[in-house]
Amino acid sequence: MSERIYLFTRFERFWHWAQAALIITLLFTGFAIHGSHSLIGFRKAVEVHEIAAWLLIGLWVLAIFWHFTTGAWRHYIPTAQNIDRMVRYYAYGIFIGAPHPYMVTLERKHNPLQRLAYLGVKLVINPLIWVSGLVYLFWGSLYGKLPAGLGLEQVATLHTLGAFLMLAFLIVHMYLATAGHTVLAHIKAMVTGWEDVHEDSPAPGAGARPQGLRS
Amino acid sequence: MDTTRSGWRGLAGAVLMLAASTFACAAVEAGGTVAAPAGKPASKSTADHSRFKELQGPFKTGEDVTRACLSCHTEAARQVMGTRHWTWEYVNPDTGQKLGKKTMLNGFCIGDRSNEAFCQSCHIGYGWKDASFDFTAEDKVDCLACHNTGDYRKLAGLAGHPPYQRMEFPAKSGKFVEATDLVKVAQSVGPTSRRTCGTCHYFGGGGDGVKHGDLDTSLNKPSRELDVHMAADGLNFTCATCHKSDQHKVAGSRISMTGADPHGAIVRGEKTDRNPATCQACHGDRPHKGTGHAQRLNDHARALACQTCHIPEFARGGVPTKMGWDWSTAGKLTPEGKPFQLKDEHDHVIYDSKKGDFKLGQNVRPDYVWFNGKVTYTQPDTKIDPNTRVAINTFHGTPGAADSRIWPVKTFHGKQPYDTEHLTLLVPHTATPDETAFWYNFDWAKALKTGAEATGAPYSGKFGFVPTSMLWPITHMVAPKEKALGCMQCHTADGRLAGVPGVWMPGRDRNELLDRIGFGLAGLMLLGVVGHGGMRFLLRNKRTHGGEH
Repeated sequence: MSERIYLFTRFERFWHWAQAALIITLLFTGFAIHGSHSLIGFRKAVEVHEIAAWLLIGLWVLAIFWHFTTGAWRHYIPTAQNIDRMVRYYAYGIFIGAPHPYMVTLERKHNPLQRLAYLGVKLVINPLIWVSGLVYLFWGSLYGKLPAGLGLEQVATLHTLGAFLMLAFLIVHMYLATAGHTVLAHIKAMVTGWEDVHEDSPAPGAGARPQGLRS
Repeated sequence: MDTTRSGWRGLAGAVLMLAASTFACAAVEAGGTVAAPAGKPASKSTADHSRFKELQGPFKTGEDVTRACLSCHTEAARQVMGTRHWTWEYVNPDTGQKLGKKTMLNGFCIGDRSNEAFCQSCHIGYGWKDASFDFTAEDKVDCLACHNTGDYRKLAGLAGHPPYQRMEFPAKSGKFVEATDLVKVAQSVGPTSRRTCGTCHYFGGGGDGVKHGDLDTSLNKPSRELDVHMAADGLNFTCATCHKSDQHKVAGSRISMTGADPHGAIVRGEKTDRNPATCQACHGDRPHKGTGHAQRLNDHARALACQTCHIPEFARGGVPTKMGWDWSTAGKLTPEGKPFQLKDEHDHVIYDSKKGDFKLGQNVRPDYVWFNGKVTYTQPDTKIDPNTRVAINTFHGTPGAADSRIWPVKTFHGKQPYDTEHLTLLVPHTATPDETAFWYNFDWAKALKTGAEATGAPYSGKFGFVPTSMLWPITHMVAPKEKALGCMQCHTADGRLAGVPGVWMPGRDRNELLDRIGFGLAGLMLLGVVGHGGMRFLLRNKRTHGGEH
C-alpha cells in the first residue's frame, strides 16, 4: 500500500516550471548573443533575453517573498550529515535497485545533496547572474560610475561564467529528475504536486530517523 | 448685329475672366502663393534680380558682373576673401600645418601648383593662372560660381573664367560650348544649391565622384534611399542646410573635423562655437526615441559616429568612386603614338594614358577607424619612407577616448611620383597644354621638373613611384533609418568592426578560455549523466527489487 503526500504546492510548481522555461530561454538567447550559435538574430535574441530576464527577476522576487513568508527557506539549510550515503546511492545503489536512502516528508522535501545544490544555485549562481546581468543591462547609465578595471568585458565575462554554471546545473538537474523510484516519478510529482510514499518507507514525519535517512 | 456680337464677346470675356479668377483663387488657396509668371521658377526671395537696372548688362566678363553685384552687396567680396574658398590656404587649427588646396598633396591629381589654369576652374575667382594672381582685387571674386541657378560653367583651362565666346571644349574634341549669357545668369542668381556646390565638390580629383565617395552628381536629385535629408521629393536639403554659412564662411571641414559632438541639438538663437554641420547639431546625441532598443542604440553613440550605422555603403548613387589610382602606368601610347583609354564593362574608364590605372568602387562598404577629427598630412616637404605605403593623411583618434568615435572612411590607395633622393612626394605638371605638361608630352622627367619649379620644392631629377594611401571621411549619403546597419553587421565574429580596438562587443568578443572551460564543464556533465543513465538502463534487470519495490 502506498500513501501520497501533497509535496509541492501550486505556487511552487508554477515557480519551478516558469523558472525552467525562462532559464532555458535565457540560456538559448544568451548563447546567441554570445555568438555560440546563430539560430536567432542578435537583436531578437537581445530583446527576448531582456524580457525573459525581467520576468525571471519578477518571479524570483515573488519566490523569495514566498520562501520567507511560508518558512520554506528552511528546506535549503544545508547538512553534511549522511551526504556520503546519498553519494553512495547515486554511485552504486541506484544500479542495483537499492532503496533510496532519503525519506521525503513535508518538513524535509530535499535530500542533503539537493539542499546543497539548490543552495549553491540560490547563493552563488543566481546572484552572480543577477548582479552581472543588471550591470550589463544598465551599462549605458552605469558607464563611468563603476570602479576602474570593471569594464564591460569583465561584467560580460562574469555573466557568461554564471551562464555556464547554470547550464551545468541544468543538465545534472534534468537528469536526476529521472532518478526517482520510477523514471517519471519526480517529474510527475513536480507536475501534480503529489508524491508517492511507499509502504516499506517509514511513516512520514515519524522523526525516528534523524535527517530523514533510512537506517 | 454689331451689338449682339460685342455682347457675345463681352459674355465670353466675362466667362474667361471668371474662369481665370477662379483658377487663380484655386491656385492661391492650394499653394498659399500666387504662381510665378510663366517661365520663372517661384522664388522666396524678396528681390527679383532680373528687374535691377544694375543687372541689365551688357557684361563682357565675369568681373563686370561682380562689380554690378558689389554695387549693392558692398561687403560680399571682402567676406569671401576671408574664406579658404578664396585663399585655398588654410592653417589647420589642430596641428598648425599649412594646408589648403594651394599646398596640399593628394593621391588623385596630386597637386594644384603649375596646373592652376586647369584646376582653378574650381576657384571662386577669375584669372588665377599662376602665382601672380591678385588676391586683393574684389572684382576677381566670382559670385556666380556659387549663386548661379543654371547655364554657368567655368571651364578647365580658363583659369576660373566661363567661356565668353563659343569654343571647342575639350580642345580637339569636336564638341563645342556656347558663350555664357552673363546677363541671363546674373539676373537669375539665387541661393547656393546642391548643384552649385557640387560643380566643384562632386568633381574633386578630376571627375564625378572620384575623391570623396560620398559626394557625386547622384546627389543633385537623390532618392530618399540615397540621402534621406537631400531627397528631392523629401526634405530636399541643400548643402547649406547643414553647412550653414555666416558671412560667407561655410561651416564644416574635412581637415579639421568634429570627431565627437556629445551634446544635444543646437537651439535656434543659441550662442555656440559648435560646428552646425554635425548630425548632433540637429538630432542631439541621443536621437533614438523610445525605450529599450532605442536607448541601447543611444548608448552606442558613446563609441560610434552616427555615420557608422547610418551610411551602410558609399558611392550608392550609380556613380563609381576611385578606390585606387596608379600613376606609374601612365604614359602608354598606341602604336601610332596616341594616348588611349580602356573601359570596364560598365563603360567606366579604368586606364587612361594621361593618368594611369584606376580601381573603381560602387556601393562600397567603408572601413572603420577611431577618429577625433584631427588629421595630419604628408606635405610637399615631408620626408617619406618609400619602402612602406605612405599615408598622405592620417586620421587621429584614441580607441575608447571621450573625444573619439568609430568613423566610416573610404580608404584610397595610390601610387605616385616621389623624389628618390630627397624622399619627398612630387607634384607633376600635367594639365595645361605646353611643352612639359604630362598629358601632352607623356614625359615624367619634364613634368616633374616643371611641377617642382612651381611648388618651390627641391628636386634631384631622380624619381620613382611610391604606394600611398588616403582616408576620406564618409558623412554624406545618409540612408533612411530602415536601411541603417542591423546589429549582426558588427555583433558577430567577422563583422564590420572586426579588429577595431577599444570596444568590447558581445557576439564579437569573448573570453576564449572561459568558453573552453564552460563548454568543457557542460560536456563533462552531459557525458556523466549519459554514462550514468546508460548504466542504469543496462543494469535495470539486475536490480534486486526490479526497480519497483
